[in-house]
Amino acid sequence: MEPLAVIREVGKRFGDTTALDHVSAAIPAGQVTGLVGSDGAGKTTLVRLLAGLLVPDGGDVAVCGHDSVTATAGIHAAIGYMPQRFGLYEDLSVIQNLSLYADLRGLAPEEHRATFDRLLGFSGLSGFESRLAGKLSGGMKQKLGLACALIATPKLLLLDEPSVGVDPVSRRELWRMVHGLAETGVGVVWSTAYLDEAERCHSVLLLDRGKLLYDGDPAVLTGRFAGRSFVVRGMADKRAVQAAARARADVADSLIQGAGVRLVMAEKAPPPTATELTDSPGATVEPIPPRFEDAFVALLEHRNAAIPALPSWGRHSGSGTVVEAKGLTRRFGDFVAVDKIDFAVAAGEIFGLLGPNGAGKSTTFRMLCGLLPPSGGEARTAGIDLATAAPQARQRLGYMSQKFSLYSDLSVRQNLNFFAGVYGLTGAHRRDTIARMIAVFGLEHMIDQNAGGLPLGFKQRLALAAAIMHGPDILFLDEPTSGVDPLVRREFWSHINAMAAEGVSVLVTTHFLDEAEYCDRIGIVYRGRMIALGAPDAIKTEARSATLPDPSLEDAFVALVERADREEAS
Amino acid sequence: MNLRRLAALIRKETLQIIRDPSSIVIALVLPVVLLLLFGYGVSLDAKDIRLAVVVESPTPAGSSLVAAFADSPFFRVTELRHRGEAEQGMVAGRFKGVVVVPTAFAEKAGRGDDAPLQVLLDGTDANTARLMRGYVEGVWSKWLAHEAGQRGQTVAVPVVAQPRVWFNPQMLSRDVLVPGLIAINMTLIGTLLTALVVAREWERGTMEALIATPVSVAEILLGKLVPYFVLGMAGMILSVGLGTALFQVPLRGSLWVLMAVSALFLVGALAMGLLISTVAKNQFVAGQIAIVSAFLPAFMLSGFVFEPSSAPAWIEMLSRAVAARYFVTILQTLFLAGDLWSVILPNSAALAVIAAFFLVVTLRRTHKRLD
Repeated sequence: MEPLAVIREVGKRFGDTTALDHVSAAIPAGQVTGLVGSDGAGKTTLVRLLAGLLVPDGGDVAVCGHDSVTATAGIHAAIGYMPQRFGLYEDLSVIQNLSLYADLRGLAPEEHRATFDRLLGFSGLSGFESRLAGKLSGGMKQKLGLACALIATPKLLLLDEPSVGVDPVSRRELWRMVHGLAETGVGVVWSTAYLDEAERCHSVLLLDRGKLLYDGDPAVLTGRFAGRSFVVRGMADKRAVQAAARARADVADSLIQGAGVRLVMAEKAPPPTATELTDSPGATVEPIPPRFEDAFVALLEHRNAAIPALPSWGRHSGSGTVVEAKGLTRRFGDFVAVDKIDFAVAAGEIFGLLGPNGAGKSTTFRMLCGLLPPSGGEARTAGIDLATAAPQARQRLGYMSQKFSLYSDLSVRQNLNFFAGVYGLTGAHRRDTIARMIAVFGLEHMIDQNAGGLPLGFKQRLALAAAIMHGPDILFLDEPTSGVDPLVRREFWSHINAMAAEGVSVLVTTHFLDEAEYCDRIGIVYRGRMIALGAPDAIKTEARSATLPDPSLEDAFVALVERADREEAS
Repeated sequence: MNLRRLAALIRKETLQIIRDPSSIVIALVLPVVLLLLFGYGVSLDAKDIRLAVVVESPTPAGSSLVAAFADSPFFRVTELRHRGEAEQGMVAGRFKGVVVVPTAFAEKAGRGDDAPLQVLLDGTDANTARLMRGYVEGVWSKWLAHEAGQRGQTVAVPVVAQPRVWFNPQMLSRDVLVPGLIAINMTLIGTLLTALVVAREWERGTMEALIATPVSVAEILLGKLVPYFVLGMAGMILSVGLGTALFQVPLRGSLWVLMAVSALFLVGALAMGLLISTVAKNQFVAGQIAIVSAFLPAFMLSGFVFEPSSAPAWIEMLSRAVAARYFVTILQTLFLAGDLWSVILPNSAALAVIAAFFLVVTLRRTHKRLD
């Protein structure tokens, strides 16, 4: 069958950066094609080229037979496009948004009513017609954006990172909707940085730094790595096992997953025996089926150079409960952002706060750090109430905020110097610490560049360096790995693990469910309330049912959220 | 051009204007605030200037001079005995000027000799100082003539100038300022508001979704122009109504000419706003550019407050590129003089040229692309 879109030898540069480098591919009708890659891989550029919004520097793009440079009108009549921020008018209601796009796409007025009813039903937005788009939740906005893109049944549907900021429940519904569309013959392009989503596509285009690494069925790529994935279970100290695995040349990747450690072996390397990795007598190494992320990391293995260890600040003295929230509540006007949350974190523990955007994770963090006074309850960190304590008490904690909080127009070195000064590091100690931060985070090459111009991964590295350079006892990381590629994510977690091993308590928020598996314990926050608290494996067990005998953390999350919704409804 | 798409865009924009209080504030509240501020608060007329008159030794002549100053509507007089006190008062800012009547004054004046007065003026406000000088001289010569008349003499004045002020006989600065304000308001609505709303579409990512639909560039531009044109005309009518009703500013020309010229100016201002937003795709930068390139020139170079022809030559040249300059000239003519076609036509032609220029450049610069 004739492909819907043909991309031939396409290149695109923005200034000095190459966004796409000689990419060729074809997008078929009736299938979901995944554009998979990390931040900065070139996904958005490719989607925009397909939409005729950018002109390629070399090569050409044709959509439904229309050239993307000379015949954009034909393309715009044939596609549905949802940009990263959905393209909704937040000050218009749901129905007004639909009706605007219906008129713009030339839907006959007599068809409006029927089409709107069908799309509202399809996206689960019936009953919300008159609500302003800006007042919808992230997931509902996403579905409305999709409905607007579908209004005149396009031949090709382009979705740019449609699942960012959407909770797992909505994400599943979105996937169901998109697969339904593909069955009717629509070609769908779905760009994503989440590797688990690649497995749900009929075929993927795997991009890395503007180059196309793989084009085809994701299962075929994953299949190439069959027999190389293993899991180590039954040991006492999972972090020690992971560290041991990391150190081995024959292990391509090692990851903590709940109570186990997942290993991907280098090509043709036999798996290690349990005794090579741990002293625990009951430990076992078992083969498991590979997944797409294993393939992705193994493909990019050459980039996965050894990660230098963080400097040791010496064993942290704290013990027992270090951070405690008791009935913690925060209201903004009528809106309850955080509703009576309770939890405690012990010294040396990694605690994850998990939940969709807007669930109250960052607000909880800000209260624990003393940046925001609670409306009720108590937030104690290191035994003190930071809302009232002297600023010196903050010396014991490190905080990395979700937004890039460094000075964009200062260089990397100036930023490090500034934060060293703020934390009161002086003399030789200051020089040593800065030098070690530069070495550990690989910042030498860009030491005199302005922080604002760094690639995202390096911005995050610099932000982490700034948050830990004074050797805090307690570390708050608010979405530290949001947007960075899986390799940088692994690097971050190796540092986090190393610090936890020295007794630092780490609190981390994330909406990556995979990442939650790396934590000792997690709390799931939903609509301001803590709906589950415990070790990742315990939470999975809690969600086990006849239909789901072996739930993943995402399954568990979805089940818990649905249960919370049912409880609220009843 | 597809009318249904255009209508959809206009409807969308109108809904957004209604929902977003900041557009309404700029379009309808700001004109009222500016009018009240300039109508009541700002006056370029010098009245009730605080003046100290130092009479070193009281004489009948001295007292009658003091009375002459006190009778003038321009001065609020404080009579003092010592010049030291008056000088201190001027340093402290209590007086804007000092008139010293020396001890020998009455005697000399009585003899018909040269009788010098000393006048000290606070030059920190050069405009007021210049006005005071004129007023003091006026009071002084009137008093001299009066004194001479009392003694049965006449002061020989070779030529008497009888000034008559046309168009604004009472010389109320308000009557000049209020028409000028209409130009300022329409610049704000036309350029600033449009630049901001288009930049907002880029910021929120809605423009990206919009340009991926079959709409044409002309439809996008008209979809913005039409609603803000209506809003700008509404703001204009509001300003005219308020100016004539509340401040009794005369409108001597015809309302229809005023509407037509305002429409012409507004199209140029809107096109400039659209052009700014094709360059600056975020609201902060767009706002800055609009203020520097449209609002400040309209304020400083249009003749609204400062007369461009009295500025240095290069600034005068610069002001010729400012549409508001022609508009302010037409407005002041329409309000104070009437339908003077010899003024209205050439200035309208200039407005038309500027509007056409911005429209053409905007059309050529706007593409349905991101790069």
